[in-house]
Amino acid sequence: MVDLFLVLSGITVALAFGLALYRFVAGPLAVDRVVAFDTLTIISVTGIVLVALAANRIVYLDVALVYALLSFLGVIVAARYLEGGE
Amino acid sequence: MNTVIFRTIAPTLAAIMLVFSIFVLLRGHNEPGGGFIGGLIAASAVAIYGIGASVTEVRRAIRLDPLSIAGVGVVLAGASGLVSAFFDVPFMTSQWLAFEFADSEVVLSTPMIFDIGVYLVVFGTISAVALALEEPEQ
Repeated sequence: MVDLFLVLSGITVALAFGLALYRFVAGPLAVDRVVAFDTLTIISVTGIVLVALAANRIVYLDVALVYALLSFLGVIVAARYLEGGE
Repeated sequence: MNTVIFRTIAPTLAAIMLVFSIFVLLRGHNEPGGGFIGGLIAASAVAIYGIGASVTEVRRAIRLDPLSIAGVGVVLAGASGLVSAFFDVPFMTSQWLAFEFADSEVVLSTPMIFDIGVYLVVFGTISAVALALEEPEQ
């Protein structure tokens, strides 16, 4: 049962990643790409948590936490640059 | 950045990241983590607080100049290696001190002091760079 749910959520994460990746490549404006990048990092964090569950390694959860915290900083800096760097 | 959401969340987020960085630092010897990644997390906390509030406020909050924090870290890391001189073993040989405190075993070691030194060096250097970049140009 747990395996079934893991596979289902893995498929969902892959679908979401593909959709966000399309927006990242196609997005007409830079703002679209920044939002798509943020979405991609959040989906990646979900993927890392799923891997931690599947492989039964608690340590991967810390990787997900650090990645979530640091990617937030990256998006903030990109947003500030787009705003005109005031 | 002048948005209410970010200005509200930035101090809380910075506090959480600082606590997490110390957790990562102290866990480092036997599990993934250590001084370098802990210092990086703490420096990004400072950067987030600097964007959310202002650089002058960050400088007031950390009280010391970031580069002098880095200097203290270098001295601490070097001094942790000198402890081995008292035991007639080569420089930087690990020394361990284990004792009972409040029903649990506490293990202190010179690698931990070295790691704290690395933490201070990375924290000081990276936050000095981040604060210099965020400061408005004269």
